[in-house]
Amino acid sequence: MNAIELSNVSKIYRKYSGRQFATLKSALLQRSILSELSPTETFQALRGLSFAIAKGRTCGVIGRNGSGKSTALKLVAGITKPTSGTVTVAGRISALIELGAGFHPEISGRENVFINGIMLGLSRREIERRFDEIVEFAELREFIEAPVKTYSSGMYMRLGFAVAIHVDPDVLLVDEVLAVGDEGFTHKCLDKFAEFRRMGKTILLVTHSLGLVERFCDEAIWLDEGQMRSQGDPKRVVDAYLAAVEKSEDALLATTTARAVAAVAPVPAEPPTATPDHSELQNLFQAVEGRWGSRQIEITGVTLSGRDGESFIFHTGEPMRVTMKIKAHTPATDFVFGVSFFNADGVCCYGTNTYIEQMDPLRMEGEVEVAFDIDSLDLVEGTYKLDVAVHTCEGYPYDYHRLLYTFRMKSRTPDVGIYRPKHQWSFSPGIRFKETD
Amino acid sequence: MLANLSQLFRYRGLIWSLVARELKARYRGSVLGFFWSFINPLLLLGIYSFIFSTIMPNRAEGLQPYALFLLCGILPWNWFSTSLNEAAGSLLAGGNLIKKVLFPAEVLPIVSVLANMVHFFLALPIVVGVLLAYRHWPDPAGLLWFPVVVLIQLIFTTGLALALAALTVHFRDIRDILTNVLMLWFFTTPIIYFYDQVEVRPYKWLFNLNPFTHLAISYQEILFFNGPFGHWKWLIVIGVAALVVFAAGYWLFDRLRDSFAEVV
Repeated sequence: MNAIELSNVSKIYRKYSGRQFATLKSALLQRSILSELSPTETFQALRGLSFAIAKGRTCGVIGRNGSGKSTALKLVAGITKPTSGTVTVAGRISALIELGAGFHPEISGRENVFINGIMLGLSRREIERRFDEIVEFAELREFIEAPVKTYSSGMYMRLGFAVAIHVDPDVLLVDEVLAVGDEGFTHKCLDKFAEFRRMGKTILLVTHSLGLVERFCDEAIWLDEGQMRSQGDPKRVVDAYLAAVEKSEDALLATTTARAVAAVAPVPAEPPTATPDHSELQNLFQAVEGRWGSRQIEITGVTLSGRDGESFIFHTGEPMRVTMKIKAHTPATDFVFGVSFFNADGVCCYGTNTYIEQMDPLRMEGEVEVAFDIDSLDLVEGTYKLDVAVHTCEGYPYDYHRLLYTFRMKSRTPDVGIYRPKHQWSFSPGIRFKETD
Repeated sequence: MLANLSQLFRYRGLIWSLVARELKARYRGSVLGFFWSFINPLLLLGIYSFIFSTIMPNRAEGLQPYALFLLCGILPWNWFSTSLNEAAGSLLAGGNLIKKVLFPAEVLPIVSVLANMVHFFLALPIVVGVLLAYRHWPDPAGLLWFPVVVLIQLIFTTGLALALAALTVHFRDIRDILTNVLMLWFFTTPIIYFYDQVEVRPYKWLFNLNPFTHLAISYQEILFFNGPFGHWKWLIVIGVAALVVFAAGYWLFDRLRDSFAEVV
């Protein structure tokens, strides 16, 4: 049996044009009261969305901002009506959309519990019966008679959560409320959800915490632009979602890089007077994007590629190749190629060049290509920028590209620092860990 | 409409809790608390009596004691005007509820009207006090009409409150316009003067178009003037009008309901 069923649901939000300025007066003057009230522009939040969640399942809804997750939840909760299609929900619903919505600051926690409970569909007697339990759960025994305006935001939320969770729903809707609140409270909420699951209740959870979805849900739904992209095993859906996010990030980084390169291209070939001296490592502190040099030798293009070709997203431990297309306008005998990586804080993670690595230049002419290969890129997750340069052995720049190329490192391990050395843990037999899947 | 009304009936527990909360919250933290429901109209009465019996006395005959006459109109008017002012802003003020919790939005303007009705009731002891002080005994048969008048005013006010609340969501100017309209309405209703006094007679037909005229006259006839309640014909007309206003207000509210959660 399905607890929640959406079939072919669309939701169109109306934008009332210039609502700020739409005054009664202007409406009266233009005799347009009714047309003012009719939408001029619309925004389609959901497009023919259909899904069903069986009774007793816990389902996580993921997707980017604006993908329609919260709209879907509000439709299931009945707060808004679908523009077309049908929404069916079996049983009593409790929606944790905003905790403590409707608390009145001036009156006591006790009175607010009653009013909030009634709003959520309990009778006065039911609340009386559960009152102690609610207060116990919220850990507010000594403050329950104080007006709610004196509560800290944490207390406020705990009380809101406690009331909503004690409505004893058949279907529980949760919208990202776990993101707020301290560690202890979050655990308590999760414990309560686990209890709900054991009792065979249906939970629909909207969240950006993919880990939570993987650990906690029986299935996941991925929404994108108001449509269902995928539903099923949480691990599989989360992976597919992450892959798509990477792809769009990749496109974004590509445009960022293209813009940075385009912005500096028309700079004159003359080296700026403030051109830093002989070592590129000395001006690491002036981490400003730019390009300078005499351009006798010019870097005409830089590409980053991973295992599957050109990319702006790399995973820790994967290989990377930096390819520079170079054009020597006159044959040269004095040249050095350099590459260095910077993290978002402007720290140089690694830098090297052919001179440091004791390669003696002999001759270069025409259009050539230089590739810099890394077998295993062991940087931690984050955004990095790349310097590439050609200069003389003395350090006089031909073409210096400072921080023009951006790429992102991804990692499934949230480790910290800059660099992840290859490592391994070993334990003597006295130590044991739980099996992971 | 019937479905809506039966839903409202199911939500009566919530409505009364919210009315109680409204009343509690209003005077929370003030020293005199609920006495303000009592003192406010008393002070207002003092001001009006001073102006209209000392500074620019109303010379029409039969309006003595003037304080009592004034009271009959001012208390219901206060209920009416404050209800509308509060109801107009009620959906905006309760925006959080409308967007985040599933419950019928009409509860909010209705709570405004009911909370002010309670204030009206709380101020009635003043009337009793003044009646006792002047040894003025109203006709007992006429008193039976009192709840009828209150009921008609309740229906009329609720209808307007629903319409105003729904429209204010879209046109926020209504709140400002309303204050001024109510001021005009107050002075064009026979509250501080008498409907039958010489100066008013030529415009009587105009006054008759104002529903609140008949409510005010009814209160005055029941509590102030001697003799049996003679205004009942008009009262019945107004009663029917109140039902029409209520139905129209509720209809408008229902039409715009789906936009609340999106526009508020």
